[in-house]
Amino acid sequence: MNNKKFGIREVVAMGIGTALFVVLTNVQIPIGIPNTYLQPRMAVMGFLAAIFGPVVGAVIGLVGHALGDALFYGSVWWSWVIPELFVGLAIGLFAKKYKVREGGFDVKAGVLFNVMQVIGNAVAWIIAAPVLDIVLMGEPADKVFVQGIYAFLGDIIIVGILGTILLIAYSKVSGSAGSLKKED
Amino acid sequence: MNRMISYEAKDTPVHRLSGFTKLVFFLLWCLTSALTYDTRVLLVMLVLGIVIYAVSRTEWKQVSGVLKAVMLFMVLNLAFIFIFSPYEGVKIYGSRTVLATLPGGVAVTAEQLFYEFNVMLKYFTVIPAVFIFLVTTDPSEFAASLDGVGVPYPFAYSVAIALRYIPDVQDDYRRIRDAQQARGIDMSAKAPFLERIRRVTSIIFPLLFSAMEHIEVVSNAMELRGFGKHKKRTWYARKPLKRADIAVILGTVIFAAAALVITWADGERFWNPFLTRLP
Amino acid sequence: MEPIIEFRNYGFQYTAQAEPTLSDIDLRIFPGEKVLIVGPSGCGKSTLAHCINALNPCSRPGTSTGSLTVGGLTPEEAGVFGMSKIVGTVLQDTDGQFIGLTVAEDLAFALENDMVRQEEMHARVDEISGLVGMRDFLRRAPGELSGGQKQRVSMGGVLVDDVKILLFDEPLANLDPATGKDAIALIDEIGREQDKTVIIIEHRLEDALYRSVDRIVVMGDGRIRADGPPDEILCSDVLSREGIREPLYLTALKYAGCRVRPEDHPASVTTLEIAPYKDAIAGRYGGADPRVPETGGEEILRVEDLTYAYRPGEPVLKHVDLSVRRGEMVALVGKNGAGKSTLSSLICGFIKPAEGRILLSGEDMAGLTVKERGERIGLVMQSPNQMISKPMIREEVGLGLAARGVPEEEASRAVEDALRICGLYPFRNWPVGALSFGQKKRVSIASILAIRPDLLILDEPTAGQDYRHYTEIMEFLKDLNEKTGLTILMITHDMHLMLEYTDRAIVLADGECIADTTPARVLTDPEVCAKACLKETSLYPLALACGIEPPDLFVERFIALERGVRAAQADKGGAA
Repeated sequence: MNNKKFGIREVVAMGIGTALFVVLTNVQIPIGIPNTYLQPRMAVMGFLAAIFGPVVGAVIGLVGHALGDALFYGSVWWSWVIPELFVGLAIGLFAKKYKVREGGFDVKAGVLFNVMQVIGNAVAWIIAAPVLDIVLMGEPADKVFVQGIYAFLGDIIIVGILGTILLIAYSKVSGSAGSLKKED
Repeated sequence: MNRMISYEAKDTPVHRLSGFTKLVFFLLWCLTSALTYDTRVLLVMLVLGIVIYAVSRTEWKQVSGVLKAVMLFMVLNLAFIFIFSPYEGVKIYGSRTVLATLPGGVAVTAEQLFYEFNVMLKYFTVIPAVFIFLVTTDPSEFAASLDGVGVPYPFAYSVAIALRYIPDVQDDYRRIRDAQQARGIDMSAKAPFLERIRRVTSIIFPLLFSAMEHIEVVSNAMELRGFGKHKKRTWYARKPLKRADIAVILGTVIFAAAALVITWADGERFWNPFLTRLP
Repeated sequence: MEPIIEFRNYGFQYTAQAEPTLSDIDLRIFPGEKVLIVGPSGCGKSTLAHCINALNPCSRPGTSTGSLTVGGLTPEEAGVFGMSKIVGTVLQDTDGQFIGLTVAEDLAFALENDMVRQEEMHARVDEISGLVGMRDFLRRAPGELSGGQKQRVSMGGVLVDDVKILLFDEPLANLDPATGKDAIALIDEIGREQDKTVIIIEHRLEDALYRSVDRIVVMGDGRIRADGPPDEILCSDVLSREGIREPLYLTALKYAGCRVRPEDHPASVTTLEIAPYKDAIAGRYGGADPRVPETGGEEILRVEDLTYAYRPGEPVLKHVDLSVRRGEMVALVGKNGAGKSTLSSLICGFIKPAEGRILLSGEDMAGLTVKERGERIGLVMQSPNQMISKPMIREEVGLGLAARGVPEEEASRAVEDALRICGLYPFRNWPVGALSFGQKKRVSIASILAIRPDLLILDEPTAGQDYRHYTEIMEFLKDLNEKTGLTILMITHDMHLMLEYTDRAIVLADGECIADTTPARVLTDPEVCAKACLKETSLYPLALACGIEPPDLFVERFIALERGVRAAQADKGGAA
């Protein structure tokens, strides 16, 4: 890809990705524990990070979370917004290796994607968010670490399942016809 | 989906301020509110917030839906703090005034209640700031304001794109959800976990697919009209700073500085009313 | 005079493709000329346009041969930004290229990027908005504008740059017929008043010719097949050879056995010298009996007194009554925002009526859920990309059955039947991505057919399709209707579609049903056409000019002939 072009496409991907993230704020999957939901928007962010790279992923998470909080909840929890960027960064770091648009998202790429998303989510929710909550917001440590671990588990599940499904599907769809044969 | 806060054009002193001013206010306000645990400062901020809210003539119906959502969240959060850390207040304020003992042996202390009262105050100081910012700031000014506070303009512009396409994406989402529901994929019905993920996928995949196509078109259109040509760009919708803006910005900076100085005057983040009662 | 655009022995090949997309292009366009470039999808006309504005190869990599100069520059070297000062490109996606949050900001977008000072920008936006007739809408968001208004803004957005060339990539694709007419008129006006060179790329030839052009360039398979004045091109057979639909009035003349000559000015039905052909036409279309619309079959859908409002006091539908009989193929037409989509949403149960009832085979549907209705009414959305959610064709077609818990064996049989009907059986194990747009469309139809609905509702089934794909999809639907007796309701603003493929047109305007009769009658009724933003068929003035009364009978007879010709072609061409 031409470098200059890549810049604009990145900007647009950040914008439209953020719009998706915000719209999906209200789409949640209950898992049977009261008030605990999986957030499909995290999988969408992971998907876009895997295609457009770390900066796009980080910005979608950061801006999408801040805007989504503000627009739907009238409040911004900065200590949970800022860590969001680690998830996008980690996933997007190896965007070139996933080869999603070239139809090359195979088992190896899938494993790498999931390793990175687990690392990113761990840094974000087990380390960054609780620490920010304690330092910035003065919240009790026990509570924020428990919350962090819940968020971590929820996110690795949804990104792991939905994110991987989306990437496999998109990779299949954008791959070429190649060796396909008509059958009778 | 309907209870999203949105901008409403009005002519009030708050609306007339530049988006830049309001963004600076909003960010400093959030920072101050996060850092201070000085009850006096928080109370002053709360009162100020309510006054500005009134000046902005924001109507109740614009924000009531969202307010309910945030209240629910707040109550839960306060409950969690109590469940996980019932003696946090005791730790912070260094005293223990037991008011009652719950079944199970957990004591309800005045310190804990006071600590949680402060946590609640912090939320309440931020909420009016968010409402005021979103309801009185023309989204068109948003990107220019971000550019103004030092965010590189391609990033600032990506926020403008997000605001531009949120309604489109929302429409797309509704249309796709409806059509998939007609095909038999019922989002609201109870189902095992994996089945739920499958249903969500059947909506998100077409949504993402359309979004990917959209990204191509929009980036072509932007390139054709010279986006990213220069290191800087100007903004049609930027509101130039007036005297009132400068005054508000200065006022906010002074207020934030004063608030933090008062907070840490005793070398402590927390204002401790329990201390004064002890000999 | 020096040409402003000159292709010399030019060729272009995308890096990702094995074959060149353009070859042997020799084309000269002179300042102030207005040129229409026509050709079927995939003929390379968009590639040609994007070579002019330098998106090729600067944005999509590729290599060129020969030479191309535009306004004295070589696009490849000047880059997209360099060319944007000379060529203003208006893309076909009116939503995608509306970048600003409001009309004013979108108009100012190029100026902002050029770091123009704010006061200057405000003055320029004011001026340009007047030029494209959008001055009263400066504060509006794109969501509050019609497709035609958005296109005006796009035009203004490139005019702020004082470009020399205006390049329109399929300007009619997303507009209803009347708005399309306005767009062509505006392009014509601006081109002349501002002294621009205008290039219009379209496959809807008749609509594009609503205002005269200097030249038509016909493309096919990456080459220029013909290049000449409209009168000559229209008299040659190059159009039909390249799969471009000629204007309807010319087809009518052909069926009457006339050989139209360039000197009779066939470029427009209003300039056409009719005298030499009058007798032949009167002879061919004068006698035969009109087609009697079939009214048999039980009533399958009945809408009674339906009223709906998104906001109190602003009803989108007002006391609408209509009925559809089993086996019918009906068109639901009207301008954008007339309530067509609202009506289909009400029928499918996405929203609930304020007043009135909807009956399916006599049963009130009020108590049925969306899912339950979905078993009997199938909705196919405009773009297959809005529906396809599985990567593999078989899974996609089976989605609705799987969601309903239909036993595997039964589901598998239903899926295979649907695939066979849609001609997709050989591809059943392919990924959706390997299919063409038309095939994807058939996948989305198959996925609905697998549920075996009684009534199929299609939203704009042929939007954005060229003539060949349009014919392919419509012939397929007609076949489906004839062979399986499936009732089909199509929401459309394609005049040809309703004329050629439906028995009846229900016309909505401002939330009311203003006509419910044969398409021929609708399209020869100037009053109904004006109210519903339809464009009366060019057969109407032809009928008047030849003195055939009533005009709708003429249209009926023409359509009967047209259907016969098509059927013969379809038989020759086999199932494909």
